[in-house]
Amino acid sequence: MARMKFLCDAERCIECNGCVTACKQEHEVPWGVNRRRVVTLNDGLPGEKSISVACMHCTDAPCMAVCPVDCFYRTSEGVVLHDKDLCIGCGYCFYACPFGAPQFPQDGAFGLRGKMDKCTFCAGGPEADNSAAEFKKYGRNRLAEGKLPACAEMCSTKALLGGDGDVVADIYRNRVLKRGKGSEVWGWGTAYGKPEKGTAPAGPKS
Amino acid sequence: MRNILTVVMAGCFALVAGCGEKPQVIVYKQGQYQGKPDKQPWDNAQFKNDQMVWEKAIKARNESQNEYVRISN
Repeated sequence: MARMKFLCDAERCIECNGCVTACKQEHEVPWGVNRRRVVTLNDGLPGEKSISVACMHCTDAPCMAVCPVDCFYRTSEGVVLHDKDLCIGCGYCFYACPFGAPQFPQDGAFGLRGKMDKCTFCAGGPEADNSAAEFKKYGRNRLAEGKLPACAEMCSTKALLGGDGDVVADIYRNRVLKRGKGSEVWGWGTAYGKPEKGTAPAGPKS
Repeated sequence: MRNILTVVMAGCFALVAGCGEKPQVIVYKQGQYQGKPDKQPWDNAQFKNDQMVWEKAIKARNESQNEYVRISN
């Protein structure tokens, strides 16, 4: 079973915002909601680095832990999704998320905060696959069409990789070995946990 | 007159008898997903509920992200 993950290669990202545009176009995301965005560190200075950021579909997702109405669920592929019919727009998930992924449309009077919207890994939501209701609430369900997220597939430099964690990690490992630098993967430790340190088994030492 | 009033009152009660308060909260279980169930991505007309076909399609897409493989072929 695939375990879906995102990986952004800061050595390759050229801040073209192709992923952001692809996401906006694919899901017809409204104004003010950015499911994906590109962050540039040390902008304008030599050695600046850009990273494409969205929901990382964390292994131990903090948004799921803090949601007061328990509207989040994880699919068998490891994609973190939520039911917009249950969401009350409290914003707890936004405070909990280390990536700033949850977005809230503000289309009402007095700064009314709507229901949370976030990257779905192009996996739709709890509505009939590729139905009008699913598209309206969650966007297109590319996973049900046998496709990967539009942002990753659209990335011209293949800085943004998305898909089965093992395959994505293999691609990246191979890439780092060929170029001989840039092995740091931003956000992976936060989203998917750091490898556990080997501990000695309990019991008397022989 | 009194009988008519009694009948009218009984009729009114009968009319609103079905308007009782409905339970508005489902059985809440702390920390468990409360929303609607979602289907598997292969559970549709395209993949005919065949997980292996779906995984094959996803793997092909996954591998195509590796330009070292894609270009050499």
